[in-house]
This record gives sequence, C-alpha cells and structure tokens, in this order.
Amino acid sequence: MGTLRLALRMLLRDLRAGELTVLAAALVLAAASIGSVGFFADRVKGALAGEANLLLGGDVLVASDRELPPAFADEAVRRGLTTTPVLRFSSMVGRAGNDGDATPILTSVKAVTGDYPLRGAITLAAADTPDGRAATGIPARGVVWPDTRLATRLALKPGDRLAVGDATLTVGAIFQQEPEVSQGLLTGTPRILINAADIAATHLLQPGNRATWRLLVAARDAPRGALDAYTAWAREHLAAGMQLQSVRDLQPEVRQTLERAEKFLGLAALVAVLLSAVAVALASARYLRRHLDTAAMVRCLGASRGRALAMFVVQFVVLGVVASLAGTVLALGGQALLAVLLRSLAATDLPPPAALPGVVAFTTGVLLLLGFALPPLTALAGVAPLRVLRRDLPRPRTWGWLAYAAGAAAIAAMIAWQAQDATLGAITLGGVAGLVAASGLAAWLLIALLKRLPQRGLTWRFGLANLARRPLGSSLTIGALAMGLMALLLLTVVRDDLVRTWRASLPPDAPNHFVINVLPEQVDGVRAALSRAAGKDVTLYPMVRGRLVDVNGKPFDTARFTEARARRMAEREFNLSSLATLPSTNRIVAGTFWAPDAGPDAGLSMEEGIAKQLDLKLGDRLTFDIAGQQVTAPVTSLRKVDWDSFQPNFFTLFPPHALDGMPTSWLGAVRVPPGDRTFVSSLVAEYPNVLAIDVGDVLHQVQSIMDQVSRAIEFVFLFTLVAGVLVLQAAISATQDERRYDAAVLRTLGASQRQLRLAQTAEFAVQGAIAGLLAATGATISGWLLADRVFNIKFALDPWLFLWAVAGGAVAVAAAGWLGTREALKRPPVAVLRQLA
Amino acid sequence: MSLLVVDKLTKTVHSGDAPLTILDAVSFAIAPGTAAAIVGASGSGKTTLLGLMAGLDLPTAGSVAIDGVSLATLDEDARAALRQRMIGFVFQSFQLLPALTALENVMLPLELAGRADAAASAREWLARVGLAPRATHYPRQLSGGEQQRVAIARAFAGEPRLLLADEPTGNLDQATGGDVVDLMFRLNAERGTTLVLVTHDVGLAARCSRRLTLSGGRLVRDEDVERSDAATMAP
Repeated sequence: MGTLRLALRMLLRDLRAGELTVLAAALVLAAASIGSVGFFADRVKGALAGEANLLLGGDVLVASDRELPPAFADEAVRRGLTTTPVLRFSSMVGRAGNDGDATPILTSVKAVTGDYPLRGAITLAAADTPDGRAATGIPARGVVWPDTRLATRLALKPGDRLAVGDATLTVGAIFQQEPEVSQGLLTGTPRILINAADIAATHLLQPGNRATWRLLVAARDAPRGALDAYTAWAREHLAAGMQLQSVRDLQPEVRQTLERAEKFLGLAALVAVLLSAVAVALASARYLRRHLDTAAMVRCLGASRGRALAMFVVQFVVLGVVASLAGTVLALGGQALLAVLLRSLAATDLPPPAALPGVVAFTTGVLLLLGFALPPLTALAGVAPLRVLRRDLPRPRTWGWLAYAAGAAAIAAMIAWQAQDATLGAITLGGVAGLVAASGLAAWLLIALLKRLPQRGLTWRFGLANLARRPLGSSLTIGALAMGLMALLLLTVVRDDLVRTWRASLPPDAPNHFVINVLPEQVDGVRAALSRAAGKDVTLYPMVRGRLVDVNGKPFDTARFTEARARRMAEREFNLSSLATLPSTNRIVAGTFWAPDAGPDAGLSMEEGIAKQLDLKLGDRLTFDIAGQQVTAPVTSLRKVDWDSFQPNFFTLFPPHALDGMPTSWLGAVRVPPGDRTFVSSLVAEYPNVLAIDVGDVLHQVQSIMDQVSRAIEFVFLFTLVAGVLVLQAAISATQDERRYDAAVLRTLGASQRQLRLAQTAEFAVQGAIAGLLAATGATISGWLLADRVFNIKFALDPWLFLWAVAGGAVAVAAAGWLGTREALKRPPVAVLRQLA
Repeated sequence: MSLLVVDKLTKTVHSGDAPLTILDAVSFAIAPGTAAAIVGASGSGKTTLLGLMAGLDLPTAGSVAIDGVSLATLDEDARAALRQRMIGFVFQSFQLLPALTALENVMLPLELAGRADAAASAREWLARVGLAPRATHYPRQLSGGEQQRVAIARAFAGEPRLLLADEPTGNLDQATGGDVVDLMFRLNAERGTTLVLVTHDVGLAARCSRRLTLSGGRLVRDEDVERSDAATMAP
C-alpha cells in the first residue's frame, strides 16, 4: 500500500478522533479571516476609490498644457477603457449685447463632449429642491450652463444669453456641482460648461491663451487590471508639461481619509494573521506531543525513518491544502454576506471580488502550516523506536525556537505584504516580539515570587506550583494568551478609541463652506455675517501668497526634485498665514511654536510633510518672495496638520505681524445649515469679490467613507474575535494531557474534585491575569504608536483598560480552562491513568 | 538452526562518572517454535535485552542474529524492514494508538506492509481474539484485558516468526492476565511462532519451555524444561 494512501487514512483517522480539530480550525480560520479581510478590503477599497473617483469625473485623468497626443486616447480605447476629452481655459464672460450692464467676470470655461462625466454627475439647480437634480447629458450646441456662482453674480436665468469670446450662447440650465473638482477647493473662479463643438466659434483658443487639455479615463466595462496597465503605460509616455492624476492626487482631505481607511483594514488583517499563527503553532506542538508514541510505534512496526516522515508530512500538507481551501471558500461566503449587509447601508455598489485575495488566503493557510506546523513535526520522524519500551526516553530534539524561524520569516513577509506600510508592519512585529520577551520574563519573575509567597492552603499552592513546574510551558501559554487578549483589546477598546478620535476629528458640525478672497477692510463685516450664519464666532485667517526663492542663502533649485508631486509643490506659490496660536488641528512635532505674544521675528513654522518633501529642516533660513518683497525667517517648528479636519490649514505659518504690509486676503470656514442656499448669494451680493465655496458634498463623501470603514472594521473584528478564542482554546488544550494526568494522580491520592477544580482555577486565573496585564500594556503601547506614528491622531490613555484586561483575562481563562478540563476531572482516575500511561 | 542467536551481548551506558553495565556478555540461542521466558528482578536488564533483540537499540558489544541475519550489519531502516517482516510485539502498556479504533490498530502493521487485504485480515484476527463486536471501539472504550487482546491480534496479524512480549500481564489483574496468556499461547501453538517474553510473573514463566534468568545484567540460569537440563551459568 502506498505511503500516500496510508497517510490519507491516518489523516482521516486523526481527524475523526479529534486530534486535528484545533489545528484544522486554526488553518481554516486563518485562511477565512485573511480571505475575508482581503476580499472585503479589496472590494471596499474599490468602492471607496470609485466613490472618490466621482470627484475626479473619471478613474484617472491625463492633463497637458498642450493638445494631448491622440495616442493617450487610442491606447485607453485599445484596452477597453472609456475616455472623454475636456478642454479648460479662462475667459472673461458677460451678458451678451444689451442684456444688462454687469461687467464681464473672469470665468473658467470647460468644454465637454457627449460622454462627460465618466464618473459622478452634473447637478443642476432646480426650483423645487435645494439639492438640485442630476443632469442628463451635456449642454447642446449653442447652449451654456453657468454655475450658481456666475449665475448669482450676473443674475442669470435660463434663456438669458452669454457672450463667450465671439460666440453668443443661450443659458440652458444652471449647475450647482460638477464632478471634476480636482483643482482643489480654493479655486473659487466661476465656471461655465459648454459643448466642445462651440469652441471654434468662440475664437478663444488662440496661441498664447493658456488652456488645459484633459483626458478623463474610466474602466466602466473593462477588466480591473486594464486601468492599472493603462496608468503604467501613460506614466511612461508623459512628456514635459503633462501629468497623470488619479484619486490619490485629489484633495488632501479625501486622500488622507482613504489612506487611513486602508491602514485600519490592514491592521485588522495583521492581527488575524498573527493570531492564526499562534493558534497553529500551539496546536502543532500539541499534536507533536500526542503523536510521539504513534511515530515510535510506526517505526517499531517496520516503517523506515523516511517513510514515517513522509506519512506525517503528507498528512499535514493534505490537511493544510484542504483546510486552506475550505477557509478560502468560507471567506468568499463571509464577504458575500457582508456585501449584502452593506448594500442596504451604503449607496455604493461593491465591485465583484477579485481572485488575488483568494490566492493570498489560500497561500496564508499553507504558509502558516509550513512555517509553524511542519518544522516541529519533522522531529516525529526522529523519534527513537525504542520509545515503545522505554517511555522515559528523552523527546527527540526539535529545533526549538529555530523551528519557527521559517514561520516567522513567512509571517514577516506576509505582514509586509498585507500592511504595504513598513511602519505599521514594524510596529506590529515589534509589539509581538516585545510581548513574547515580556511574557517569558513575567513567567520567570512569577516563579521567583512564588518561592517567597506564604503558603495558603493546598489548592492555591498546588495551582501556583503547577505554573512554576512548567516555566517554559507557562510562559508560552501566558504569551499566547497575552497575544490573543492584546489583539482583542487592540481591536475593541483601542480600535474604538482610534475610530472615535478619528471621527471626532471630523465632527458633525464640520464647516461646509470656505469663504475666501476677503479684503482686509471687509474682514469685520464678513466675520460678523459668517458668525451670524453659523450661530457662533468664526475665525478669519490672513493669507499671503509667496514663492520660496532661497534656502540658507542659496537660491532654491526646484529642478532637483525629480518626483512630480514634490516638484509641483516646490514650484507653486505657498499660502502663507500669520497666527498667534497653534490651531487645534495642528500639532508640533519638532521645535517649539511661538508664544501668543511673540514678535514678528519668531521664525516660521512648516508642515512636516512638505518640509520632508522639499528637504527643509528645522533651523533652515527660508526666503519667500511676496509680490516683489522678500521675507526671510528660520524654521523654528515643524507641524503635523490634520488635513481632513475641513478647517483652513497652511503649509507655512508666520508669527503675528510678520506679514504686515504684504498684499493680504482673508479666508475662513463656516458651517451653515445644509440646504441654506441663500447664504452664499446674500454674502456675494454684499461683498461681490468674496468667494464662498460649498464643500458640503466633499464633506458628506468623507463622512460616508468613514461610516463604511467603521462598519467594515467591526465585521473584520468578528473574525479576529473568533481567532482570539481559538488561541485561548489552543493554549489551554496544549497542557490538557499533563493536567489530566496530574488530576488523576492527585485524585488517586485522595484529592477531591472540588480541591482540584479550585487548584486549576487558581492556576488559570493567575495565567489569565498576567496575560491580561501584559496584553493591556502591549495594547496601550501599540495603540499609542499606531495613533502617533501611523494614524496621526491623538491617543488617550485609558486606565480602565488595565482593570478590564486583568479581570477579563482572569475570568475568561479560568472559565475556558474549567470548560476544557471539567471532563477530565469527572472521569475515573484509573481510566485517565490507563489512557495516558 | 536457531531462529534467534544472542552472542556476548553487552550494553553499557554512561550515567554520571562511572559507566554502568546493564547487560554483560549475555549469550543464548532460541530454536524455532520455542516459547522462552526471560525472568529476573527489576533492573536485571530484561527490557534492555528485549529492545536489543528487536533491533530497537544498539548493543555496546556482541551481536544479535535473527534467522541468520546479524542486526549489526543492518542500518536502522533495514532493521525496521526486518521487524516488519519477522517480528511482532506485545507490550506491558498495550501501546495501542489512541486515535485509531481496535480494527485500525490491528490493520496498521498490515497497511505498513502494503497488504491489500489489511481490513479483512484484521477483522479475522479481531474475531480470533474474541473482539469482533468491538472493532469500531477506541482503546479508551476498552478494558485493559480487551486492549491487550487487540495488541495480541495486532502482533499476530503480521504473521511474524518471532513474537516479543514485554511483561504482557504487567498491567492486568490475575484472572484477566491468565486469559490473555492463554490466548497468546494458543495462537503461538497454532501459528508455530517463536515466542520470547520478558516477565517477572512466575506463573507465566512456568508455561514456557525455556527459562532464562538474568541477574545484574548477567545470564545466571538457562533452563530447558523439555530437555530437563537446567544449566546454571558460572558467575
């Protein structure tokens, strides 16, 4: 009979006898949790990106300051993608003929064709609803759609006529919102939409007139890979003056929200990986102990060393493949269920699951098995056949911790892959390594302490002596329990804190309008008007535009920035402001911020990210050119800025009065009741130069992304919870056999069931309490690191966490231990002794 | 020709400073079909001798030959193959695999030998030891005597020429032990197997035609009841 067939039979027998239940469950769960997180995160990311793409009007956008070579559109079409060209330029636009006496206004003209927009919709103002309604199609030839800002300022209504260059167009409708807002929130010029066929008649597209040619590209029916392939192709073919934008280049508000969402989901996935690994390692170690005799007997009955090894390896590989497949299928089911649940909550349709997360889930299960189960099992083949006669023979040498090196390497690789973020991966791995070391140390300290402890009754003493008797086993168990508990704490309490802090950074009353371009003499009047509308005091910030021209006495060379984004940042004008106090959405990470009464020469404060990108350090002396005047100051502090706070934020801050005398405009953010359309028109009627930008839609989008992600994390948390329970189960059953034997011996010696139960409860409770303490410490440190280094939000220490963890650990482990060993205590001792002899 | 030849077999282990001699130049030969008992007090080296005879352990000096093949010339895998072909085992603690049913325990050596009729043959052997109705029971569901009968079925199922038994009644009460011994001797007689058992059960030893007495690692007495010539070894 072939070794394979025999191995399969042995596998079925072991499975049936329950020898592999925990291991198989751990593998299924590992694949299922990774898979669910993977499938789900992938789909949610797809949906989130899709939602954000509504703001771009397409999935990616190629922009150029010259006419785009046709190859960009051709290549997209060749790959099954949909495209539409958009032409943008600025022009003075006014009422045609004698329609009125309003002076023409500088307007952004956008010429579009039939397919526009590829994502999202144009919202037209409607008399009966303040929300407006979605437009069907685009302006016909000869028709223009002005936006509400232009309509307000020119008092336009449908049927009026507008002069756009040499062409006279009829106002067909007034639009409130159009998807493509990628120029950022602070471009407040009014807009009109016209049909591309009318451009020639305007005669505006003359040499020297600055225009932007854009190509919107979307993967409407194309396979998902097509867009990535096209993006890569386009990136390679970009010439000077051309750029490629995807949702990542959008407003920092949306980008940061998306990135945080990815990190939250990545964290949940990481914890699931680690927990599964612990459960697999514990279950395999138990299998090894329980199968030493089987291995010895198989060798005694005539199997060669190679054959015995092959039998165990085949069994485990088959188990791993089947369990991983089962987990992957389970993951598909889980994420499908979730999609159904979410569909009723979210308006966005999730894209179908991709194959890759399935492959990852399957590979995860197999990797965990190869890394954590197989190395110790090779020891089974090395067992001395003489063991059938001599039970006291030493166990075969396993490679100890070295055996898990392969597993640790596999896990590290997986973490790096899952996190796609070196910091997050390093923090998680560091946390685990620290916890393992801490649990070992804690166990040794406990043993030292036990020797000094006054003897209080048999049960307590025996329970604690059990811990001391197995120092390595106890510290491993405590470490495993602490890992499980820490994961649970991270994902419950800490996650809750993180999510709450994150959401609090965007309170329900976040501003929904930016008001810019306020002249110095209008500041008091506008502030009063805004405060009236908001029902509370509104702060206006001064803003001066300046170009960075000199660093430490040397001209600032923008050409050395090869990365497109850094170069763009370096070349553009900075928005500078001067403030007495640090805004609440800013945090100093280096240097010190000036005192409220500081003089104008207290230096300047830079945003950390831009400083890094432009290679600027604390102490550098920067010179800005502000309308011909030069201002020089040293960098005295670096700040982290919470960009998705929807408050006005600045890369560069100066102390009060440092920018006095410079051409200054003022800006502020205000929340007005949604649907209040009169706010903008009345403000603009009183202050015609002031621009009020409605960011309500972007705000709403960011909030709905946060809602989706919060729910997603809660779901993923369920898997992690099950994984944690499995670790607990595996940790307890790891010592079950020894415990049964001890119990049987003690009962033979006359101990009552009650005494034994108390002794075991004492042991489990102490283990649980220590694990809880370690877990709370680990979770707090990890939570702080995650908040500070990864999520960039404040972390609040929760002292109750420790109480909960210690008490919860003690109760949970004692309860689980009682459940796991209660059967052993009930059985007649002789049966136990005979079975385990 | 003898089936089993033990020649100047010596086993020394190093524990602490001084080497400890467990077996000291033990020699004997067992003819096919014989039932031999190795007796002696605890620590006299009985179990060590059994392990060496089965090729489960290696001697410090001397040799063991089974059916003319010296175990010293075989590597571990070849010794395993020889065990599979020639030797059956019965242990004091039964050594049934807990995850396998009674039937599967008996099947295991047959499966390892690649026998296609493993299940049918194992079923037959279970019936022969009177446990057909318990075929699907796990060891933990069987009494001690039943477990040892399963172990005997397993030992005979491979149709070994040599059956080695280590204190087969050691974990059983007297009546049960008697039944198990009866079964073992009956099957031994039926199959013509050579039986070597280690015991300190005087009654069990008395049923063997050959009795080898170990003391302090030396063979001190070799009695052949059938030939009625008891030889006491020179110290």
